[in-house]
Amino acid sequence: MSDNGCGFPAPGLHSFLFKPIFTVGGFEFNKVMLLALLTTLVVVSVFYAAFGKAKVVPGKLQMAVEAGYDFVRRGIVYETMGKKEGEKYVPLMVSLFFFIWIMNIWSVIPLTQFPVSSVFAYPVVLAAVVYLIWVPLTFKRHGFVGGWKNITGYDNSLGPIKWLVSFIEFFSNLLVRPFTHAVRLFANMFAGHLMLVMFTVASWYLLNSWMIPAAGVSFVMTVAMVLFELFVQAVQAYVFVLLASTYIQGALAKQH
Amino acid sequence: MIANLVQLAAEEKQNPLIPAGPELLVGTIAFAIVFFFFAKKLLPRINTVLEERRELIEGGIEKAEAAQTEAQSVLEQYKAQLAEARHEAARLRQEAQEQGATLIAEMRAEGQRQREEIIAAGHSQIEADRKAAAQALRQDVGQLATTLAGKLVGESLEDHARQSRTIDRFLDDLEEKAEAVR
Repeated sequence: MSDNGCGFPAPGLHSFLFKPIFTVGGFEFNKVMLLALLTTLVVVSVFYAAFGKAKVVPGKLQMAVEAGYDFVRRGIVYETMGKKEGEKYVPLMVSLFFFIWIMNIWSVIPLTQFPVSSVFAYPVVLAAVVYLIWVPLTFKRHGFVGGWKNITGYDNSLGPIKWLVSFIEFFSNLLVRPFTHAVRLFANMFAGHLMLVMFTVASWYLLNSWMIPAAGVSFVMTVAMVLFELFVQAVQAYVFVLLASTYIQGALAKQH
Repeated sequence: MIANLVQLAAEEKQNPLIPAGPELLVGTIAFAIVFFFFAKKLLPRINTVLEERRELIEGGIEKAEAAQTEAQSVLEQYKAQLAEARHEAARLRQEAQEQGATLIAEMRAEGQRQREEIIAAGHSQIEADRKAAAQALRQDVGQLATTLAGKLVGESLEDHARQSRTIDRFLDDLEEKAEAVR
């Protein structure tokens, strides 16, 4: 696959696999796990530094983190669910947003240079958390029959095609939705990381004799991709949380 | 290079869409810690602070509003007082004007009266003088007539020419007297 004769170390799936840093009783602890735990450490530390001794008149850090908190709270949660219903889900959404964002940002931090969310297990965990909240919530809010009606969009006014609609909605909402929710984040970060590795490696690989100008182009592309990835990382965190809020809002809503 | 190839060969079977158990576990733990800290500690704290700040700001706004209302009422009070004062001043001016007008009218009437009094006094004086003069004249005329008659009788029955001379003399006398008086 990569042995095309020129010896270019093309990035591939192997770029997403890491040898364990250490092994404890068969449990292999690798770089991605370390970064996941570092994400937790960074998110909690920054928020603790900002809000641990929160003041009525905020300092610079508190003001900045407050802006982020307010962005998720007002810009996403209140916006989708309203203040009354949404208040309860603010902590979940705020932790989701900043956890995902920092997981993504490792992609462009020197030395770490790997987005945790490009390993499918991490988006899966987060999508599962959201899924396990909105599905039970639907039945809790609407009862058994009402819950199914809510999920399948069953509506008598649709006439005979209601069975088809219900089937599609059932398939789309209950089965495909959690998968796409996780894959959207995973695939974006996966592709982004591939591109970054590709251009970074190429910049180095092309750096000999007459290929040097090509190396320059590749390096410029690397810088451009870093900037683009910074944007995508934030957008994907936003999209994930926005979708999570929308799903919960759908579970709370009367009928689609 | 060979190690790389071996690794690649092993990877051919890897499917990136199958999550690994240990990573699911680590991801769950990592996220659970974040969520726990946020939900139990940090977000309630910031919410209290935000609430406090909101109350402070609202309190400040209320205070400002109270101050403004007070200022407004004071201003209205002042305006009312000013209007009252203006009214009072206008009333006083009006009164003064009226008083002045009456005063002038009174003085004019007084002047009129005094003038008439003076005129009346002058008239009566003139009348009295006239009467006195008439009286004196009558006495003089009587006396003169008597004197003339006496003279006429003294030279009685003389001729017409003598009579004429007597009368002429008398008239000359009268003229001399008048000259002397003048």
